[in-house]
Amino acid sequence: MAKNVNVWIDGHHLEVPEDMTIIEAADQHGVYIPRLCYHPDLPPTANCGVCVVDISGNPTPKRACCTPVAEGMKITTNSKKLRDYRKTLVEMILSHHEVVCPTCAANNKCELQTLANNLGVDPYSLPNILEMKEVDMSSSAIIRDPNKCISCGRCVTVCNEVQTVYALTNSDRGIESEITTAFGLGMNNSPCVNCGQCTVYCPTGALRERSELDEVWDAILDPDKHVIVQEAPSIRVSLGEEFGMPLGSVTPKKMYAALRKIGFDSVMDTNFTADLTIMEEGTECVNNLKAGSKRPLITSCSPGWIKFMETYYPDLADCVSTAKSPMSMFGVLAKTYYAQEHGIDPAKIVSVAIMPCTAKKFEARRPELNDSGYQDTDYVLTTREFLRMIKEAGIDFATIPEEEPDEGMSFYSGAGTIFGATGGVMEAAIRSAYTLVTGEELENVNIEAVRGLEGVKEATVNIPGFGDLRVAVAHGLGNARKVMDQVREGLKTKGESPWHFIEIMACPGGCVGGGGQPYGNDIASRARRGLALYEEDRSLPVRKSHHNPEVQRVYERFLGAPNSKLAQKLLHTYYFKRSVSSGQVVEEVTHKHH
Amino acid sequence: MYKEICVKYAPNKDNLIHILHEIQDTHPQHYISADAVKEISEYLKLPENHIYGVLTFYSMYSTTPRGKNIIRLCESPPCYIKGSYNILRKLKTLLGVGVGETTKDGVFTLELCACLGVCGNAPVMMINDDVYGDLSEEKVEDIIEKIRGRN
Repeated sequence: MAKNVNVWIDGHHLEVPEDMTIIEAADQHGVYIPRLCYHPDLPPTANCGVCVVDISGNPTPKRACCTPVAEGMKITTNSKKLRDYRKTLVEMILSHHEVVCPTCAANNKCELQTLANNLGVDPYSLPNILEMKEVDMSSSAIIRDPNKCISCGRCVTVCNEVQTVYALTNSDRGIESEITTAFGLGMNNSPCVNCGQCTVYCPTGALRERSELDEVWDAILDPDKHVIVQEAPSIRVSLGEEFGMPLGSVTPKKMYAALRKIGFDSVMDTNFTADLTIMEEGTECVNNLKAGSKRPLITSCSPGWIKFMETYYPDLADCVSTAKSPMSMFGVLAKTYYAQEHGIDPAKIVSVAIMPCTAKKFEARRPELNDSGYQDTDYVLTTREFLRMIKEAGIDFATIPEEEPDEGMSFYSGAGTIFGATGGVMEAAIRSAYTLVTGEELENVNIEAVRGLEGVKEATVNIPGFGDLRVAVAHGLGNARKVMDQVREGLKTKGESPWHFIEIMACPGGCVGGGGQPYGNDIASRARRGLALYEEDRSLPVRKSHHNPEVQRVYERFLGAPNSKLAQKLLHTYYFKRSVSSGQVVEEVTHKHH
Repeated sequence: MYKEICVKYAPNKDNLIHILHEIQDTHPQHYISADAVKEISEYLKLPENHIYGVLTFYSMYSTTPRGKNIIRLCESPPCYIKGSYNILRKLKTLLGVGVGETTKDGVFTLELCACLGVCGNAPVMMINDDVYGDLSEEKVEDIIEKIRGRN
């Protein structure tokens, strides 16, 4: 524990730990120091200078984000001089920023816009000297617009230090400095895994998803198309906040109602295929355990994680579950099972997925995910795009009456819904794997050890007839790297993995903190949304995937049994080795079972 | 081929600058390619984007192919006051290229640089490792002719 020191902020006496920065001390005590590049989730980069404060005895102002408190410090956060400094800094930033606020994706959410407004900055006080650069449209998931970039460096920090993806970097210096990928080759020619955490932390509209909203509206309005929609677990706890409802409101039935009003022909739910994933992946896990495998089984739901694995750990690709993600299982079933059950020509089906995720756009475009005979998933909308769609349709989400989804691929258990939070897939899998191994039901379904926001969580679950099942859960790719390095090391030195079963999610917090989630997606709101999923889990009548009646039905009527020949064909996939330089495919490293 | 240069240095990241220098100096086109960065990355276990950040930060490194002789004309105020803009115009005419460009025959690349530390002899330029001071348009013409003759 650091010892406390006495500081005075604008005359208020505070006692704070000596290892705090001024901005942390001020935040903790409700004093808001204007800031732009600083974000409480990330280490300070001290790029913008907006958070300057005066400290008694110092001739020049200091940046509050990177100046530690000290005993006896007297800090002034608000004076005419400081306000003028901040105004000038923001005016200089605006002088080489593409100021097109009304049509910008970040309008009303942009931290630069808010700051300029709060400080009363005159946008025309300096001439705009921006030399327009080419927008990086190379990626199927993320657009990088250097004309809106203010070089705050948050994306570089999150990409390199939190996610350890190493796609974005600062290049050049002075007026020529910019944030780019190596050799400026574009996001699609870099190790970018499309996790989209850069879009979450970007304070402006410089990094955003590649929108597919127009294509989806066109499909909805096309009378020849049958448009079926699925929504990921975390969506239902991430919509209300935009419409004045409390953060973490659980709104699945309002979500269905909004989708129906927008005009989707069939409103289903990804949670159904989350339960199905447990049947496929759980069976794989149990087969692995029964065979006494020394190699672990690792989850495969998170597309950012899958591309990361293909880039940095292709030697461990055989340890990753072959089960497709819930989104892709839904996609393939929509154009086979659903088409067959409803007598619809699959060529006319347009399959839309609403995801908290930018990487799902890349996943949907993977050429190998076409086992229905068509591209399994046609379009992916992020939560942010879906919110825009709700507004475009003029729907007041807060007051829309609740509706049920359509039947067949929408029923879900509590196990399915917690997929959206870190540890949720592991917990769901244990609830069913226990039954698959023992034939008995797990009494206490709440597996607290794998919940919460600790970076790497470990637990041991005793399964009678098998023994101790050792599991690990990692969220955020920096944590995934730690776990994977230990697996690689364990296999090399001891011939076995430290864990039997591992859950990995690319984004900190899991899908509730996904790269496609609404603006303001900080660690605190991720925690709240995660809790909301566990609340929903507790409230549901069915809490184990193998008790989902619609899942039982799809096996009875269509697939046969988990890991059956047809299930292998439709619900499982294979992986590639990718270049660390370009992220492009080098070769296939695992193969499909036939 | 870059690997041979890398292994002369211990594989720790402090040696990045030295490796980049040697690779650039020994390359016939005086630059550092994406392939070179890839090999350095594997050797030093340093991500490629980090290496790219470093090599673009320092103006003496180039990421694009350059000519056999690199002309660096000082653009700092003392040289400017002493007429470096006339020298620049002369160089552009003589070589038929703009700043940052390489002549078609690959003999010269024209660049601007910050103060070379010999302001007493302004205007100043460097060609490769040699410094040329007290430049006039006639003197520049002579220098360029001489080097052309050697290539």
